[in-house]
Amino acid sequence: MRLPVILPFLFFLAAPGAFAQDSKREIEKYQRMIADSSPAELYELQGEELWKKPRGPRNVSLERCDLGLGAGVVKGAYARLPRYFKDADRVMDLETRLLHCMTSLQGRSRADATRVTFGTADQASEMEVLSAYVAGQSRGVRLAPGTAHPKEKEVYALGRKLFFYRAGPWDFSCASCHGEPGKRIRMQDLPAMSKPEFARPVVATWPAYRVSTSEMRTMQWRMNDCYRQMRYPEPEFASDATVAIITFLTVNARGEPYRGPGTKR
Amino acid sequence: MRALLFFAAAVLISPARAQDVTGVLKRDFHARGQAAMDRVEQDALQRVCTKFSDKPPAELARLLESDQMKTVVFPAGSLLGSWKRGESIAQSGRGATWSDPKSAPAGGSCYNCHQLSPQEASYGTIGPSLLRFGRVRGNGPEVEKYVYGKIYNAKAYNLCSQMPRLGQSGTLTEQQIKDLVALLLDPESPVNK
Repeated sequence: MRLPVILPFLFFLAAPGAFAQDSKREIEKYQRMIADSSPAELYELQGEELWKKPRGPRNVSLERCDLGLGAGVVKGAYARLPRYFKDADRVMDLETRLLHCMTSLQGRSRADATRVTFGTADQASEMEVLSAYVAGQSRGVRLAPGTAHPKEKEVYALGRKLFFYRAGPWDFSCASCHGEPGKRIRMQDLPAMSKPEFARPVVATWPAYRVSTSEMRTMQWRMNDCYRQMRYPEPEFASDATVAIITFLTVNARGEPYRGPGTKR
Repeated sequence: MRALLFFAAAVLISPARAQDVTGVLKRDFHARGQAAMDRVEQDALQRVCTKFSDKPPAELARLLESDQMKTVVFPAGSLLGSWKRGESIAQSGRGATWSDPKSAPAGGSCYNCHQLSPQEASYGTIGPSLLRFGRVRGNGPEVEKYVYGKIYNAKAYNLCSQMPRLGQSGTLTEQQIKDLVALLLDPESPVNK
C-alpha cells in the first residue's frame, strides 16, 4: 500500500549523510503530524475486515479465535501476550497465536497460512494487517505478558540467554547493538532492550508502520531482520526461539501502557 | 595456579555448556543464502565472551587474545593502500548476510559504528571516534601494523570487543584492509585533514 501523504517526506530519507540529522527531525515532525491519524489505522481497518472474513477449508472467520481472554475477545488481548496457552501447551506471541487459529480454526495448512509472513509492495501480509488490528484493540492497556506459569518463566530465561548469545561470522548477539544505552548505528538510536526504561517505549509501539518502506511491520519481522543483520541463518517464523526473545523484551517492558501500532523510521 | 587456569579455560570453552541455546538455534533456524547453519555454533572465544558477559578474567583474556593474534596474516611490504577506496569500503555495510550475494564484495560497515571522515555526518557510536586518527596516533610502521591487525582480528587486542574479525572471518580481503589502513593513516585521507 502506498500513501501519497508520505511522498514528500521520503525525499528526506533518500538524502544521504549530512542530511541525516534533518531527516531525523523530519521523522519526528511527521510522527507528530500523523499522531492523530497514522497510516497504521488503515492497516487496523483492513485487519478488522480480514479478522471477520470466512477463510480456509472450513470457511470460518477468526472471530472465535481465543487470544488468551476467551474465544472472540480481542479487546485488551494483545497487552497480555506472549502467554502460555494450554490448548497448544506452548507460550505464544500474537503471530504464533494467529497462526494457531488459522490452522486449528480455519483448517488451513501451516504452509498456506505462512505464505506471506512479511509483506512486500506487491503482496500484503495477513499477519501484518491482523497484528495491526489486534494490537490496536489494546491501546491504553498496560503490557502484562504472562510471567507466572513455569513455561513462561522458562521461555523468558531462554529469551534472555538468546539475547546475550554471541555467534556468527561477526560475533554478534542482540546485545552487541542493544546492550548499552545512548549508542547509535549511523543515525539510528539503539534502545538498550535488556533495560526496562529503554524497552518500555519501544515494545509499547510495536507492531509499527515503517515510513522508510511504507510497510506495517511486526515483532516477528523485527526478530527476522535483526538476525539477518547479525549475519545469522534465518529464524523460523513463530518458532520457540523468536517467541522467547519477544517474551524477554515484552516482560522487560511490562507495565507500560500500549500505544501502538506506532510509526518508525 | 596456571594449571588451574588452563583447566578452568578448558571447561569453560567446551561446547557442552552452551548446548541448550545452541540446540534451540539449530532446531529453530534454517540456512538461507550464504548464511549456513554452522554459524549458530560458537567458537571458543564466543563461548567465553558469552559466559563472562564480555568481561573475562584478565589472564584468560590474555591467553585467548594471543591465540587470536596467531590468526592474523600480516602481508609483506607496505600496509598502506588507497584511502579513496578505503572510504567507500568504510561506507558500505554490505556483506555476509543471507540477502548479500556471496560473489559481491563486502564492505567494512565502519561508519555504522565509528566517526571517520569529518564530511560524513551519519556515523554510529558503538565504537570510538576515529576522526584524525593518523594525526593523533602517528603513521609509522608500528601503527600501520597495529591498525592492520586490529581490522583483521579485533579480538587479538580486546577479546570481547564488539568489532567483527573482518579479516579472520573472510569478510574483507588483504587489499581492502590495506585500503582501510590508508583511510586511517594516510596524511592525505580526509580522516586526517
